[in-house]
Amino acid sequence: MVEYVWPDKKDASVLGGSFDKIDGPAKCTGTAKYSYDINPEGVLIARAYGCPQAHCKLKSLDLELAEGVPGVVAVRKMKELGDEIHWQGDLVAVVVGETEGAVAEGLAAIVADYEPLDVYVDDEDLQAAEAAGRTADSGGRVQLANEPEGDDEGFEDKELERLFKEAAAVVEGYYGIAAITHMCLETHGSTCEFKDGKLLAHLSTQNVSGTPGQFASPLKLTADDVTVHCDYIGGGFGSKFAVDRWDSLAAQLSKDLGRPVKLMLDRDLELKNGGSRPSGFADVKIGADANGVITVWDSHHWSAGGYGGGVLNQSVMPYVIVPPNYRRRVTNVKINAAPVRAWRAPNHPQGCALSQTAIDDIAAKMGLDSYDVFERNLVNVADEDRRGVYAEEMKIAAKLMDWKAKWHPHGKGDKNGSIVSGLGMALHTWGGGAHPSSCMVKIHPDGGVEAFLGSQDLGTGTRTVIAVVLAETFGLPVEAIKVNIGNSKYPMSGPSGGSTTVGGVSESSRRTGLDAREQLFEKVASKLGVPAESLEAKDGRIFSSEDSDKSLSWKDACSLLGMSPLEVSGRGYSRGSKLSSNGVGGVQMAEVEVDRETGVVKMKKFVAVQDMGLVVNRKTASSQIYGAMIMGIAYALFEERLMDKNSGAFLNAEIADYRLPRLGDIGELVVEIYEPESERARGVIGLGEPPVISPGAAISNAVANALGIRVPVLPLTPKRVLDSLKLQARSA
Amino acid sequence: MTTPEQLAHGKSGFSRRAFLKGSGAAAAATAMAGGPGLAAEEESSVISGMTTITLDVNGKQHKVEVEPRTTLLEALRYGLNLTGAKPISVDGSSGGSTVIMDGKPVSSNSVLAMECVGKPIQTVESLTGDSGVPHAFVDQDASQCGFCTPGFVMAVTAFLKKHPNATEEQIRDGLNGNLCRCGTYANIIPAVLDVVKGGGNG
Amino acid sequence: MKAFEYAAPRSESEVLELLSGEAGHTEVLAGGTDLVGLMKKMIVTPDRVVSLSRVASLKKIEADSTAVRVGAMVSLDELAENPVSEFYPAIRQAIDEIASLQLRSQGTLGGELCQRPRCWYFRDGHGLLAARGKDVVEGDSRFHAIFGNAGPAKFVCPSRLAPALVALDARLRILGPHSNDETLMPLEAFYRTPKSEREREFLLDPNQFVAQVILPHPEGRLSASYEVRHGAGPEYPLVSAASSILVERGRVVEARVVLGQVAPTPWISREAIDAIVGRPVTPETAEAAGEAAASVATPLRDNEYKVRLAKVAVKRSLLKAAGLETGGF
Repeated sequence: MVEYVWPDKKDASVLGGSFDKIDGPAKCTGTAKYSYDINPEGVLIARAYGCPQAHCKLKSLDLELAEGVPGVVAVRKMKELGDEIHWQGDLVAVVVGETEGAVAEGLAAIVADYEPLDVYVDDEDLQAAEAAGRTADSGGRVQLANEPEGDDEGFEDKELERLFKEAAAVVEGYYGIAAITHMCLETHGSTCEFKDGKLLAHLSTQNVSGTPGQFASPLKLTADDVTVHCDYIGGGFGSKFAVDRWDSLAAQLSKDLGRPVKLMLDRDLELKNGGSRPSGFADVKIGADANGVITVWDSHHWSAGGYGGGVLNQSVMPYVIVPPNYRRRVTNVKINAAPVRAWRAPNHPQGCALSQTAIDDIAAKMGLDSYDVFERNLVNVADEDRRGVYAEEMKIAAKLMDWKAKWHPHGKGDKNGSIVSGLGMALHTWGGGAHPSSCMVKIHPDGGVEAFLGSQDLGTGTRTVIAVVLAETFGLPVEAIKVNIGNSKYPMSGPSGGSTTVGGVSESSRRTGLDAREQLFEKVASKLGVPAESLEAKDGRIFSSEDSDKSLSWKDACSLLGMSPLEVSGRGYSRGSKLSSNGVGGVQMAEVEVDRETGVVKMKKFVAVQDMGLVVNRKTASSQIYGAMIMGIAYALFEERLMDKNSGAFLNAEIADYRLPRLGDIGELVVEIYEPESERARGVIGLGEPPVISPGAAISNAVANALGIRVPVLPLTPKRVLDSLKLQARSA
Repeated sequence: MTTPEQLAHGKSGFSRRAFLKGSGAAAAATAMAGGPGLAAEEESSVISGMTTITLDVNGKQHKVEVEPRTTLLEALRYGLNLTGAKPISVDGSSGGSTVIMDGKPVSSNSVLAMECVGKPIQTVESLTGDSGVPHAFVDQDASQCGFCTPGFVMAVTAFLKKHPNATEEQIRDGLNGNLCRCGTYANIIPAVLDVVKGGGNG
Repeated sequence: MKAFEYAAPRSESEVLELLSGEAGHTEVLAGGTDLVGLMKKMIVTPDRVVSLSRVASLKKIEADSTAVRVGAMVSLDELAENPVSEFYPAIRQAIDEIASLQLRSQGTLGGELCQRPRCWYFRDGHGLLAARGKDVVEGDSRFHAIFGNAGPAKFVCPSRLAPALVALDARLRILGPHSNDETLMPLEAFYRTPKSEREREFLLDPNQFVAQVILPHPEGRLSASYEVRHGAGPEYPLVSAASSILVERGRVVEARVVLGQVAPTPWISREAIDAIVGRPVTPETAEAAGEAAASVATPLRDNEYKVRLAKVAVKRSLLKAAGLETGGF
């Protein structure tokens, strides 16, 4: 019976090493083909027409002029007359043509008329939203350490009041984080080839195995007639799990026109339709004891998830540090925007930004070192096992930041001209358990090894992880493993979301690899005359641990397979697995400089300490953390969806207007992977999401430490910083 | 105050000699850059509709069918199936479509293909993964989803041609025309430094 | 893009022959960094595009004892790297701030000056004045004008070089409509605040084009540009200022202080000039000049912060011109 475990650290030859991404060269020389890049013979270009209004009914739609544009092949409506449209940019029609130019001209020739309806997009202004009838109670929760004595009707209020009265310090604050978009650099879409009753869809997707059925049903096909192919995806971040209605239309158009059709969204329609993250705004009141340990929390947050989208989940308020007494309440603000989609670590970045800022404000109010307050509040971390991990991670981060030497009380640092600097920290948690995954491993008689998984590589290094796992299993170098993913005809693997992929594919490829190895060992054992249990595979050889003279090279061992390759299929995670686990944490510390005269914030240094169980590939794991920190800098300092309160127009839906950090904006980034034996022993845990959670709170806290005031709403633009400073000057 | 005559005789007109010398030399150089290389077939006639032009891409002459409104990016991607340069923004603000034309980095999505006749164009496909900038990118894991990477590689290639000994500060100041969403900047900086240290400018 | 005719004439006179006198019929193409995007978005829909790329005379930089003449098709990089730019630090600094190497090598001086406003209502097809200013006033005005915004125009002049060039007393050589027509115009007079959608934001007839920018000899004037930028990217600054000063015996005897991104035109601050002339440049006098500049601002609902930035930009451009520390980023 094969035991599915990882080798000990000392026995591992490649597991946990640092490897280049297998597909790095293809990406860096432009030969990697994305859905956008696939140009089958005779491909037609399709582009969508977005509604210019944010809330309206479609009154008339005249496509005739568009159809007459030279080079336009077909025009299709995507809405019926009388349909209600709930956000600007919702797709109304599609134009198909021979060239980009012809299609653009066709789009401009579409004539539509709308009956305007009431527009509301201001998610921050709760009173205005209430006045506009755009709010709904989304529930809440109360948890109190004390029970009411008997039937005490006003107990909840009275108990909270008592706790706040008892508290050594109370902070009442307002915090917020604006909505942002996914901004995948490859927009959503597909290149569809319908031929002989079958569909080949080159779809930009995080869900290769899960999407054929979604294509099939509108085409009156079954999923077996559909192949979804995605070798490379130009960004997803949670927004590319489904076959979108424009993808289905591309498939239908290919069927109808008898030619391949490429339908990728234009940038502005991508931003308007391709996914956004809900905003969050909160009134928070917290009380702490004399040590700064939070004893009581009372919050009301409101959030907009777009038309029909979900709001910021109440479960992340408060975040990680959860005092014994709390009350939370959520209001949904309904705005005219496209429904939100999962955005890297759904809910957590907002929860962290809205609540760990409040905790830092307790430190500021009490004149305490933020580090000490966070450390003392680890008693409020629900999972007792994780408290010690956070404590260790905090120590490491503080050392890397040189926190104690740099720390000054809030607003009390030295000034260099108009520049002040500050420190801030935050901590986070995430699941990251393995998703279901299957794998097929093929060992050829000549020694070649192939793996097949219907998975996808978002750029995290999934291919390379699979190769490392199988290389470790077979005692081969990483480059000896040929990894095939990105095709729905391969064995099913789950969607890449929730940081579930690395666990999922590590599980399935390790298990299948071990099964295959066992079959190979049987043959080698009889050839060498040793028990199969004594065999090991390492450094390109299979040898007996009892008698190392008894050995075969990998190639010679494989030749024992005879004429046919050995094919072994296997499944991934099952309950009780020792290969993977769930639940990680991390600590981040930011150092910023703020120009008090211009409100410009610059990142000076940013430290992340992150655990993730067992590390498979150190190089790509570090890159995930660096990338998450930079995405965090993006939403902390730069990006937000700006909407016209009057018309509901998405104002900054082009890259020129949607601010994101550039290479010169990141400062010094320091990444430390926390992997003591206790963590490594937990097995593989996903990491793509967790390090993107803390940056908002950590950077906001650093700015608060620099300025001595809280700039409440992220991103911390010069306008927001200056407006806050002005407010402070006025009240002083 | 010196007179134009004195200037013509090599006497300093402005307060520094560099003024005169530099301007004259540069004027000649820039005039030359635009002059030759134009295909003789191209008269200054008015062109409309589909036309066949010849583009000099990666050292080879390619005939491509274009309209006046066809961008260089479209000509590369649809005409030559060179899809390394990417359509990311409507204008040049992402740097994703960067190619090197006449030795200079340009956003191919904001250049009309007609404008490129007679100018050598270098795309990312001309580079190999085992040396120079792409190799350094692979080594430092400076790509994630990879969609911005070809544009970045070309921008870095052009940047290093101009600044072969670039310092980290120059790199941080000089490569802000390209946008990455996954956050590979922290890997790109050491990758560029590696190329500088290696003495190769890609 | 709408289909259009394309022509790439070889001479200035051929350019003029190809340009139409009718507004919107022809567009002049320089580096393409702005025009091509505008055509893709169908904000600009010419029937003919006339490229200047093959007119060799427009690519020259010429200098004599009185002035430097920079052809409209000289790229921003070529200008910044040309030794003559050492005489005009404000120009070189403004080009340096355009953080994209692609924009700098592809963009031209003429195109930079003639680029269209970034106003998001204009770029969304609402016209330059966007419902005679109503869209901006009732909508989102965070990046709009804080000076010169009493009329329907609320956009800001997008040019990042214009403040420096106006501060340096640059003139334009404009050709057309006919082949021998030539107009020399101070750059500050080139920009205007349109009062109707029929007017463009600069004084250029459809059959005219900018051929050269003429920079007078600085004659010892010091200059600098300062941009308040949100991030290192190529996004437009929130506010900028350029100052050119002549200092004699420790006091400013002549000054030009021009703000960018604050008004439909480059904004010459008379108030700042009056405040600094006759005084030495010190942190205090520069601050006072900034305050003077800001004192006449008329911010819209969302852009009061830009008034404070204008003050800081003026102060820092003066300090920088005088070779002093700005005290900030």
